[in-house]
Amino acid sequence: MQFLFRYANPHNFMRLSGAVLPFTAIGAALALIAGIYFSFSVPPDYQQGTTITILFIHVPAAIMAMVAYSSIAVCSLLSLVWRHPLSDTAARAAAPLGAMFTVMGLITGALWGKPMWGAYWVWDARLTSFLLLLFIYLGYMALWSAIEDEIKAARAAAILALVGAVNIPIIKFSVEWWNTLHQGETITTGKLASVYVPALLTMMLGYFLLFITLWMVRIRTAILERRARNLMQGVAS
Amino acid sequence: MSSFGTLLLRDLRLAARSGGGAALALSFFALVATLVPLGVGADLKLLARVAGGVLWVAAVLSALLSLDRLFQGDFEDGSLEVIALSPLALEMVALAKILAHWLSTGLPLTLLSPLLALLFNLDVAPTLTLFLSLLIGTPAVSAVGAIGASLTLSLKRGGLILPLIILPLLAPVVIFGAGAVALVLDGMSGGGALGLLAAFAFGAVLLSPFAAAASVRLNLGG
Repeated sequence: MQFLFRYANPHNFMRLSGAVLPFTAIGAALALIAGIYFSFSVPPDYQQGTTITILFIHVPAAIMAMVAYSSIAVCSLLSLVWRHPLSDTAARAAAPLGAMFTVMGLITGALWGKPMWGAYWVWDARLTSFLLLLFIYLGYMALWSAIEDEIKAARAAAILALVGAVNIPIIKFSVEWWNTLHQGETITTGKLASVYVPALLTMMLGYFLLFITLWMVRIRTAILERRARNLMQGVAS
Repeated sequence: MSSFGTLLLRDLRLAARSGGGAALALSFFALVATLVPLGVGADLKLLARVAGGVLWVAAVLSALLSLDRLFQGDFEDGSLEVIALSPLALEMVALAKILAHWLSTGLPLTLLSPLLALLFNLDVAPTLTLFLSLLIGTPAVSAVGAIGASLTLSLKRGGLILPLIILPLLAPVVIFGAGAVALVLDGMSGGGALGLLAAFAFGAVLLSPFAAAASVRLNLGG
């Protein structure tokens, strides 16, 4: 906790993130280049054929969409309990990234679904719960921008994020109860053929570093924006 | 009378005397149900098939209509601050408002549903299931809705954001509620779905007063 609080100070955060940023950015670029190379050089799957390549883009996006929401929920909890303004900034900065990953997951899923299921969109449990997740992201961002008072907006958004965090597993369960067509998860159950593991893991690493990089850039931008505004207000008065 | 009861009665009277109480929500409910056959065709078999889902969606939308005023009116004229100063915990205030909202919309919608089910050519058993599912599920709509209403209470155009915030969260209610009816239509027991619905409703009514009270508090500047 002490460690967290030290970097919850915007000044310390700017220093740390400035030092880390080049490494995560270069790491993300390298991992993504290698991952894309691996993705296109794997042998075609005996059932899915070459469409398996889409999955290396799809699965990490879907995972990062959930990682981003978890980050928002954790930041919201930190913000409600310890009132750290930086965790509000961090939560807000993660939302558009998470929404983009969700959209990527939906689009790549649709492109994969057309040859596999015969339709771009099927009302399958995971697709549907991802669509709902997208709406939750949109509602969260809308609430942030609708409330003018920044502190109130932050607290309201934090409450909403936590309500969503409680509800998302329930939504996922209910949608699964409703309809399941999507194949089960194969990475940890060992059902993924071993030739595909390097491609998927490199892509996941790339996506993760990309998320961290963009997240930090967004937080830094928000901090700089606030500083610039404060400076201008100082000049004006 | 306890302050909880007083608040509940006051909100019920306000709902009844301004805006026609349940009548508006009921008319909307019936209207949506009337538009559906016009849209999808008058095939009675098809209508019976979709009745559970359509009536559930219509009920959720109807309950939404009056939700944005749940805290907003009291916030604008300042009475919410007076209520917040009373010894009654803000969580209980939220619970009273949820209950008042359910009594003035959810319950009347439930009571009207068998009549609309008749228009949708639904048999006795699925109608009964629909009735039960609405009876069990609409409190959850009011409860989850109260969170959205309290988060948006200071917004001039909160009525637009409110559905965006709470409709995704209400997906389980629609799924289990309409699912129970579909199961009965297929000759199976809807008990499991109703049980899951009851669990969701129970959790929602129990937990949402806390979230709603927290966001009322922050809007009152606490």
